[in-house]
Amino acid sequence: MSLPYLVAAWLLLVGLYGIVSSHNLIHMVVCLSIVQSSTYVLLLSIGYRSGAAAPIFADIPVGSRAVDPVVQALTLTDVVVEATVVALLLAVAVQAHKRFGTLDPAELNPLRG
Amino acid sequence: MHALVPLPTVVPLLIAAALAGANAVLPRPIVDAVAIACAAAVTALCALLAAHSAGVTVYWFGGFHPRGGVAIGISFAVDRVGAGMATLAAVLVCAALVYSARYFEEVGSQFAALMLVFLAGMTGFCLTGDLFNMFVFFELMSVAAYALTAYKIEEAGPLQGAINFAITNSIGSFAMLTGIALLYGRTGALNMAQIGTALGGHPVDGLVTVGLLLIMGGLLVKAAIVPLHFWLADAHAVAPVPVCVLFSGVMVELALYGLARVYWTVFSTPLASHAAGVRGILVGLGVLTALVGAVMCFAQRHLKRLLAFSTISHSGTFLIGLGLLTPLGLTASGEYLLEHGLLKAAMFMAAGILLHRFGSVDEYELRGRGRGGDWGVRAAGAVLALGGLGLAALPPFGTFAGKSALEDAVTEVPGYGWVIAVLVLASAITAGAILRATGRVFLGLGPRLPRHQEQLTVLSEQPETLRPHSRTPAVMSTPALLLAVGGLLLGLIGPLRHGIAAAATHLTERGVYAAHVLGGAAPATHLRPPALGTRATDYALAAATLVGALTLAAAALRPRWPPRDSRVARGATTATVALRRLHSGCVNDYVAWLVVGLAAIGGALALT
Repeated sequence: MSLPYLVAAWLLLVGLYGIVSSHNLIHMVVCLSIVQSSTYVLLLSIGYRSGAAAPIFADIPVGSRAVDPVVQALTLTDVVVEATVVALLLAVAVQAHKRFGTLDPAELNPLRG
Repeated sequence: MHALVPLPTVVPLLIAAALAGANAVLPRPIVDAVAIACAAAVTALCALLAAHSAGVTVYWFGGFHPRGGVAIGISFAVDRVGAGMATLAAVLVCAALVYSARYFEEVGSQFAALMLVFLAGMTGFCLTGDLFNMFVFFELMSVAAYALTAYKIEEAGPLQGAINFAITNSIGSFAMLTGIALLYGRTGALNMAQIGTALGGHPVDGLVTVGLLLIMGGLLVKAAIVPLHFWLADAHAVAPVPVCVLFSGVMVELALYGLARVYWTVFSTPLASHAAGVRGILVGLGVLTALVGAVMCFAQRHLKRLLAFSTISHSGTFLIGLGLLTPLGLTASGEYLLEHGLLKAAMFMAAGILLHRFGSVDEYELRGRGRGGDWGVRAAGAVLALGGLGLAALPPFGTFAGKSALEDAVTEVPGYGWVIAVLVLASAITAGAILRATGRVFLGLGPRLPRHQEQLTVLSEQPETLRPHSRTPAVMSTPALLLAVGGLLLGLIGPLRHGIAAAATHLTERGVYAAHVLGGAAPATHLRPPALGTRATDYALAAATLVGALTLAAAALRPRWPPRDSRVARGATTATVALRRLHSGCVNDYVAWLVVGLAAIGGALALT
């Protein structure tokens, strides 16, 4: 039962490693979305009940065992948030490539000290 | 009254959508007027909520009221601290919109729309009573802030600043969300009052500690606490001035408000026996931030970046007050934070006036150019000089009262008396940096070029340029002057100070908050708000701060600066250069620091 939690932790760590070691903005943004994927896995596994149905009480009797719909709503909200952040960052990356011909954050570097 | 609670968030969102949609149709004056009217209306609403929320005003969306202490619905739970922070945000958005009416030559209605979305995120963050909802508003204001940072998307600086800002802060947000998920897994609740009640009966375990670490981590990234602070200076140096006004004036401070809210409503009861350890960690981080921010502030020549590091230093100061975990500490931080918000906003506006007139915010390029200017430039000089002295909390100004309360709060907790020295030192260094810059720009003091050219060229910033103008519009200088006067005088209003003390004390009473939100009986005992007063030692400390600031400014303006002769000066220069090299501008390094910082805080939490 602890497998999903280990997957979430693994996604978090591997995503962070990717960001720290990245030399390409597109790669870095994808790594950021991997970090966020760990929150999806974590949220969904917190709400999971083994042997339970989807929480749609139209075709299952009221009172039967169902997974937690709250975390699913949180995950959906989280997906929307991620879409916004990733879209914005990709737009910035495209602009950086268009203007300066580089995607390496280390080369796009007027701010120091 | 209850029906008004969601309006400060709903109204700006609707107006923002309308403005963004009507981009091609509406002429710019109408867009500006609508946006300013909206921000003014939100200011009035928030002030009204602050005036009428003696306890906690609770609004349940969709009428989903709690049953038997279990909340399914989402609530806005407004108390005076939350409503007051929302009012500060709305005032600053209003001032920034007025200022930007003439600051930008060409700007689409997207700018006003983004500013209003930013406002909606900030008010929602202040008013909400639900932890996940808090995260959503936190993200809403963050995304608006990223977009506003990258507003001048043709230049390299804004692109880099926005990337650094967005990536570090997004990681902070995900940490916060992970923490929220863990707490939900433990308690099955998202309402802060209910989580606090559910955690209250049990001793704290590893899961709750990790939850605290992650939620705190997300907020501390936004609050620019060392070593999670690197993004702030980059974002401030490149964001348009009206946006910097909001970043420094209120966004950073909101994260500290969020930390106070989450700590007292969720964690204060389960962590009651570990409070001393948490206090040590928070005050320690505050001390580190205050000092690193101050040293970096003094090392800057780019005015916006200098002010940005001053904000980091002050954020550390506020964290010291908050981290003492006493009503007096929270009161002092709240009061000082409010005045800092107005003053720092005014100072950024003054830097913007210089940029608008002379096309530069570089201290050396501007040397002497502020001398004998017209009244717009003189207003900028007055705002910078008075703001610098005001932030150092010197006696005639209102900030002295807040700083004195902070010093009292520090001495009140046994074992933390030494922190006073840090407060004086940080204030003296940041004020010295601002006085030095003001003296150089407006009085033409000091050498023309930095002597340590060879060290600074590696690390110097590109000056931000805009086409120079021949005069300063009144809509730019008036908001700066009004905010500066407000920041200097607010602390002299006795009833306001006592109101802040009562509101801060109220925030620390978890039981009362939970009873208001979930129903049920409130505890009979109420804490009394702390007494506020100034003592002779406070005047002595203010005098020491002033002497320190003037000495540092004078030393920096001597013809031979930095002095190479003495070993102390050489050591200090080497240390400063090393510290500046850490601010590499590379987001990979910033994220590495973030991970190391969170791990260190986590290790310290585990040991307490």
